[in-house]
Amino acid sequence: MSEVKKRAELSREKVAPLGPDLDLKDFTRRGGEWAYDPEYREFAPEERRHLLKAGIELTDADHAGTYLQADTRVVHCKASQPGVEVLPITEAMSRYDWVPPHLWRLVAVDADKYTARTELELDNGYFIRALPGAKVPQPVEACLYLRTDRFAQHVHNLVVVEPGAHLHIITGCTTHPGVRSGLHIGVSEFYVRPGGHLTFTMIHNWAEDVHVRPRTGVLVEASATFVSNYILLRPVKTVQMYPTVTLDGEGAVASLNSIVMAHPGAQVDLGGRVILKAPHSRAEIIARTITTGGTSISRGHLVGQAPDIKAHLECRGLILAPQGQIIAIPELEGHVAGVDMSHEAAVGRIAAEEIEYLMARGLDEEEAVSTIVRGFLRVKIEGLPEGLQEEIEKTIQETGKGL
Amino acid sequence: MLEIDDLWVKIDAKEVLKGIQLAIPLGETHILFGKNGSGKSSLLMTIMGFGRFQVTQGCIRFKGQDITHLPTHERARLGLGLAFQRPPTIRGVKTGDILMACAHGRVSPQALAAAYDFTAFLDRDVNYGFSGGEIKRSELLQLLAQDPSMVLLDEPESGVDMENLQVVGEIIGRLLQKDRRRQHREKSGLIITHTGFIMDYVNADRGYIMLEGRLLCHGNPRDILQDIKTFGYEECARCLR
Repeated sequence: MSEVKKRAELSREKVAPLGPDLDLKDFTRRGGEWAYDPEYREFAPEERRHLLKAGIELTDADHAGTYLQADTRVVHCKASQPGVEVLPITEAMSRYDWVPPHLWRLVAVDADKYTARTELELDNGYFIRALPGAKVPQPVEACLYLRTDRFAQHVHNLVVVEPGAHLHIITGCTTHPGVRSGLHIGVSEFYVRPGGHLTFTMIHNWAEDVHVRPRTGVLVEASATFVSNYILLRPVKTVQMYPTVTLDGEGAVASLNSIVMAHPGAQVDLGGRVILKAPHSRAEIIARTITTGGTSISRGHLVGQAPDIKAHLECRGLILAPQGQIIAIPELEGHVAGVDMSHEAAVGRIAAEEIEYLMARGLDEEEAVSTIVRGFLRVKIEGLPEGLQEEIEKTIQETGKGL
Repeated sequence: MLEIDDLWVKIDAKEVLKGIQLAIPLGETHILFGKNGSGKSSLLMTIMGFGRFQVTQGCIRFKGQDITHLPTHERARLGLGLAFQRPPTIRGVKTGDILMACAHGRVSPQALAAAYDFTAFLDRDVNYGFSGGEIKRSELLQLLAQDPSMVLLDEPESGVDMENLQVVGEIIGRLLQKDRRRQHREKSGLIITHTGFIMDYVNADRGYIMLEGRLLCHGNPRDILQDIKTFGYEECARCLR
């Protein structure tokens, strides 16, 4: 048994330090026997509409590549443009000797029971690579899909952006419209090599009783940039994630943006840690959180370990329902002289004077609240599918109703 | 156009307006003077229907309709428009979007902004980082887009430099149709001012002094302003006694 496997075995029941503990026996490991679907023929219109809410268009057009995994099965996987590789991780592991050593380097296999189970009972995952110097103009679309009720999905993803390459990945994680409960564990390790640029946009669109445990590590080398956009606007039971980004080369840049809505009954514990190890590296963590009755914990941790770094953390939260709560936990650590680090956090409700200001312009109360919420969540994410942009607008519009 | 009859208003337990009696006919512009804290802004906010201002007695009629308990947005849709003295900043909400919402397709926000050198502000968060003059221009352009019949202006010249005052004055003149003969005007106004500078642009018809929540000393606004400059508000207080 390999050392990694041994460590995983020892952590099979290890409770994660953050988030509600889940009993993995509550979920099934028997997923559907979905067939490979090169033309996306097996998706009903309702399912297509649902997938679009997670940014998944089910087309190879306008994408540099696509990867779609339903439960355990890879149902679509294709690279459509030169300079991009898209493979199931299991295939990448057997094709390239260097792939296995890149796994579990940025995320510890024994971090908790979720990482351990992913190693011990892997369902697959995606491998996406931009070749050296490739400027990939269109996004790669990846979808991790729960198509069976109560299924626990374990995926391990690897993204490598080689030196000088540019890549945008849109990952939609969602459930079948008929699925109510389940568990998604997604381990992701991203390597952004010198001068590389990775934009990673993740849209979560789960169901009321779904639990989500992403585990992400990112290495950003000299003069490289990593941009993460995370969007969660639909109901979910629990999400707990705390990606760690290491800026390990001079001039490396990280920007983590999140837009989160905690619906009644939801517990959303999100964070981001950036370790600035190299001079002149820069980091920004920006979180916009709204609760309509759920609990949202918004963590941010910046660690400055080299001189001449600059880092900023901003968390703003809006509480739109009496029983909702937002807990903002910003942390700054400066370990050497010459760091420039700051944070700002603000949590509250919409000021009555803002609503009345807009009402004085003729907007009714609902329209005024929607306008303010839309402004609060306003974010410019390049390359989002038009349908998803409309969906985001619609969700925000609905949020204003009945408040 | 606007009639206020024996209006008493409280904020929490504090009485801020005490038996206000006011009538502004079609086409007329009236001026409100008074010390800070005398209740001038409270009157405008009450006319607009803001929640903190609780009417305990009396009524407000606009275009013949009792609007005393009408929600703010319905008053705005009936034709009341207020330029705030200190409007809130709303992060993420663009000035252009508000202009668009005010205009309801009647006018082009871009054309309005272009006419008053405001195009660069359309894509900025409303009132965020605006100077005093920029805030006033933003407020007045919103009113131009809204095209209200009754224009309520809360200290439109405060914080505005002389160069911007000219623009502010021009916009207010346009809002109140000062280019028309009085009998042809369809707009009325109620303006709060401390300096009276704005009267150079609006030819106001009538003025009042507000003191401790009461309206008094009505008459020619220029005469009233001169009296205030000469004798101060204290003289009005003595006169009241």
